[in-house]
Amino acid sequence: MQKYSIFSLIKNAFSNHEKWDLAWKDPSPKKEYDVVIIGGGGHGLATAYYLAKEHKITNVAIIEKGWIGGGNIGRNTTIIRSNFMYDDNARFNEFGMNLWRNMSQELNFNVMFSPRGIINLAHSDAQMNAYARRGNSMRLNGIDAVLLNREEIKKIIPMADFSENVRYPIFGGLAQPSAGTARHDAVAWGYARQADSMGVDIIQNCEVTGFDVSGGKIHGVRTSRGDIKTKKIGLCVAGSTNVLADKLNMTLPIETHLLQACVSEPVKPVLDGVVTFGAGHFYISQSDKGEMVMGGDLDGYNSYAQKGNLPTIQHVLTGGIALFPFLSRLKMLRTWGGIMDMSMDGSPIIDKTHIDGLYLNCGWCYGGFKSVPSSGWTFAHTIAQDRVHELNEGFSLNRFSTGYLLDEKGLGTKTWIS
Amino acid sequence: MLYIKCPYCGHRSQKEFAYGGDGTIKRPELNQEISDAKWNEFVYLRKSPRGKHIELWHHIAGCRQWFKVQRDTVTHEIFQTSKTNEELK
Repeated sequence: MQKYSIFSLIKNAFSNHEKWDLAWKDPSPKKEYDVVIIGGGGHGLATAYYLAKEHKITNVAIIEKGWIGGGNIGRNTTIIRSNFMYDDNARFNEFGMNLWRNMSQELNFNVMFSPRGIINLAHSDAQMNAYARRGNSMRLNGIDAVLLNREEIKKIIPMADFSENVRYPIFGGLAQPSAGTARHDAVAWGYARQADSMGVDIIQNCEVTGFDVSGGKIHGVRTSRGDIKTKKIGLCVAGSTNVLADKLNMTLPIETHLLQACVSEPVKPVLDGVVTFGAGHFYISQSDKGEMVMGGDLDGYNSYAQKGNLPTIQHVLTGGIALFPFLSRLKMLRTWGGIMDMSMDGSPIIDKTHIDGLYLNCGWCYGGFKSVPSSGWTFAHTIAQDRVHELNEGFSLNRFSTGYLLDEKGLGTKTWIS
Repeated sequence: MLYIKCPYCGHRSQKEFAYGGDGTIKRPELNQEISDAKWNEFVYLRKSPRGKHIELWHHIAGCRQWFKVQRDTVTHEIFQTSKTNEELK
């Protein structure tokens, strides 16, 4: 594989950049693989990469219905954070933060990881107390957390509405200075390129049509490009999890919902980090290009549409303008939607299943992007060793029937009560 | 924007309604021992199909009645609606 560097850039400039190697190949599926990963998104690509790198399993195929990186890894708002209170979530995501910090070097691909901080705004004394508690829990897990008062927030986001008579006056907030953003497409491409160079087959335009299961074991997968034999399958298909689970006669604690985001026209730098305004169902950051990147809550009913409905965008931006009045003068450039695998407690599932050789990675709700490296790393471990790692043992499939829910923030599918 | 026919009030804008989830889920029988598996099934497990979905909606800014809707989860086409004590055709 060609290494990307200033020297290769100069060298290729002499040939008008026409002789770069392809970043990954376009192979036809072989008859048999040791592991087949279904879903060529962030989680699937990262899983294949760590299978090859950490576990030396390189006879791996990634099967993708469309093109790699065309799903939620290309549709998110690129926020990376580990500001969780529960130990299972905090440890898992802080492990991921360390992978993020080194990712550009490790993948030899600039993912533009930019730790510019995140602030969750608080609007009452009670909420400040709750944030103090969460911040203390984060610190106990070695995560940086800073409780900010109103004046400190005002220094960071002076353009917010700090008047006294607003519906949700800003009391303060909880910040994680090491949180940040990254260039989402580069994450998918970086993992794909490295996985491919270690021998992983990335097979695009290949839809799964069925599974070969007998005697409680996986024997293969049927696809639109032929049958493939394998003893291990990893499902990383986010919003399509229920569709494939149905082919396996499984019913999961997952519903598929639509989540929208939007960007404004680009403007000069005004907002440094990420700001979340939970009371207004709104969060915002500014991209390197200057666009204001904004999102909110789910559309609110089961959906596979991959495109949103206007009432939700209107609701999100109404909240946005309440916090940042200057937004009302910006034009919206694009809105888009992705389909989320909403788990019933708002936390993911990375686990084995009752079918031998079938591994499940789903339930990412609003926050799949930040977990791409930690999810790939732990899922690769789970597949390779056939047992969960201590980092993902809390994300079990049976926690719903046993009562060990990870209901971190009262999220989940039921937006009408949360 | 969905345009939903409340069986009591007629067609209204989506903004008048709140969503109530899968409409085919039945609570386990009252006054009987309920196994963990049955309870798990009732509270957490959902088919979430791609295509036709029977679901509950609540006309919260109208007559405040709950009712059933059959809707396509990809196209959002609404095929029919009915009162909760009536069967969808």
